[in-house]
Amino acid sequence: MTAPVLAIDGVSFAYRGQPVLEDVSLSVEPGDTLAILGPNGSGKTTLLKVILGLLAPDRGSIRVFGEPPARAHGRVGYVPQRFVFDLDFPIRVLDVALMGRLASRGLFHRFDAEDRACALAALERVEMKALAERPIGTLSGGQIQRVLIARALALEPGLLLLDEPTASLDERIGRSVWDLLDELSRDMAIICVSHDIGAISRHVRSVACLNVRLFTHPSRQLTAEMLEATYGCPVELLAHGHPHRVFPPHEGEGGG
Amino acid sequence: MLEALELPFFQRVLIAGLLASVACGILGTYVVSKGMASISGGLSHAAFGGVGLGYLLGFPPMLGAAGFGVLAGLVVGLAYRRLHSGLDALIAMVWAVGMALGIVFVALAPGYAPDLMSYLFGSLLFVSWDYVALVCALDVVIAVAVLLLYKELQAVSFDEEFAEVAGVPVERLLLVLLALIAFAVVTLIRVVGVILVIALLTAPAAIARHWSTTLARMMGVATCVAAGCTTAGLFLSYGISGAFALSVPPGPLIILLAVAGYGISAALRAVRDRH
Repeated sequence: MTAPVLAIDGVSFAYRGQPVLEDVSLSVEPGDTLAILGPNGSGKTTLLKVILGLLAPDRGSIRVFGEPPARAHGRVGYVPQRFVFDLDFPIRVLDVALMGRLASRGLFHRFDAEDRACALAALERVEMKALAERPIGTLSGGQIQRVLIARALALEPGLLLLDEPTASLDERIGRSVWDLLDELSRDMAIICVSHDIGAISRHVRSVACLNVRLFTHPSRQLTAEMLEATYGCPVELLAHGHPHRVFPPHEGEGGG
Repeated sequence: MLEALELPFFQRVLIAGLLASVACGILGTYVVSKGMASISGGLSHAAFGGVGLGYLLGFPPMLGAAGFGVLAGLVVGLAYRRLHSGLDALIAMVWAVGMALGIVFVALAPGYAPDLMSYLFGSLLFVSWDYVALVCALDVVIAVAVLLLYKELQAVSFDEEFAEVAGVPVERLLLVLLALIAFAVVTLIRVVGVILVIALLTAPAAIARHWSTTLARMMGVATCVAAGCTTAGLFLSYGISGAFALSVPPGPLIILLAVAGYGISAALRAVRDRH
């Protein structure tokens, strides 16, 4: 029996006495794509960082590929929401993508042709190969976002975590990112924090709503009650109706 | 002015300056691109506490400086990884406590009052062939460390979080980097002084950043800029003393040249960016 990709059991995390995550449990199997929805400050980024081993939970256990998060480093890809680095940093796009190869190449070794080929292939998947030699600071926000996705892909992860991957992208590029995630989901489990409810309804297999506590749902059926519990106020469900309508109609609404 | 090159003392100083430029160019690249200038300033001033302890207990002050510098690097490095805020104030305190301890230790030391000013501002009188060999050894250690760890140090400087996710031992590498900076600072203190060493680590690299698209290139440019400023400063100092019978130490001249160079470089960069 293989271990699940991710098993979180009763995890709590507080920041300065303020609970950010409370008794969160979650299981992700190979091939799953999970979207995490939640309002600002609901602990979404914290949950990703706990999974990544960047933050240690106060209580509860986390197993990534059956191991503690720190031992799964190099097998989990991460696309942060905001880039924390300095745009004046002297580095080219290809060098950023190559950072995904750090774990497989190991200390004291130089990147070789295979690493470069892998990083270039990752850049090609996000349509950024042509800019591989450009300094990162000369790119637009959306282009940088795609380079960061390529960096995570170059790691050849078994689990890919994305934090609002389409927030800084225009609609066309955003759609292409969701299509890419569809494609990637054949090779890896994906957890994606997003508030793009319309896209989630079309592209992910299950949804979890987080607001300190986590409400998981085996399907991508979102109900008004679920969202209300998460956002703490009535939420209007937006259903674009294509390719097919997945949200049940509101009460009193005539069919879907 | 070129007759200066025939003086053995001038030769030693020039060679030491050129070797120091290599250390400053390489480490300065990390200091500037990772934003560690104030941390490095803290280390150099903390080292002064070790100088004082050396005088008090009768061991070589430079050993004390090295110990205090590395210790301060550890403290600040670990705090940097763990504190969410207040790092700035902590660095300022490490900075000041190092100076305060140095002054107190020297005051408590029996006998003559050593020439503390030479540690604050440095002195070329300390450039012996042994010192040149020491700077050369420092360069070798730095070059080997950076060659072996280039891709990891680049990742840590660029984005610690992802470096960690990609399996890089971020904390250990940061401490290695801080230890290298501490050793470089302590080595250079003797000649350029506690107060000026930080400018040698930052100004040439800051100029290089204007004109570099990779860290390796930035290291090369920074080393050349540092070497140029050092050479120009030494000749300028020699020239002034010859022409006007005034003794202007080269250390401050080197730094003024480097910072003036930074101003020119920033202006040229702004002009280029407009086109």
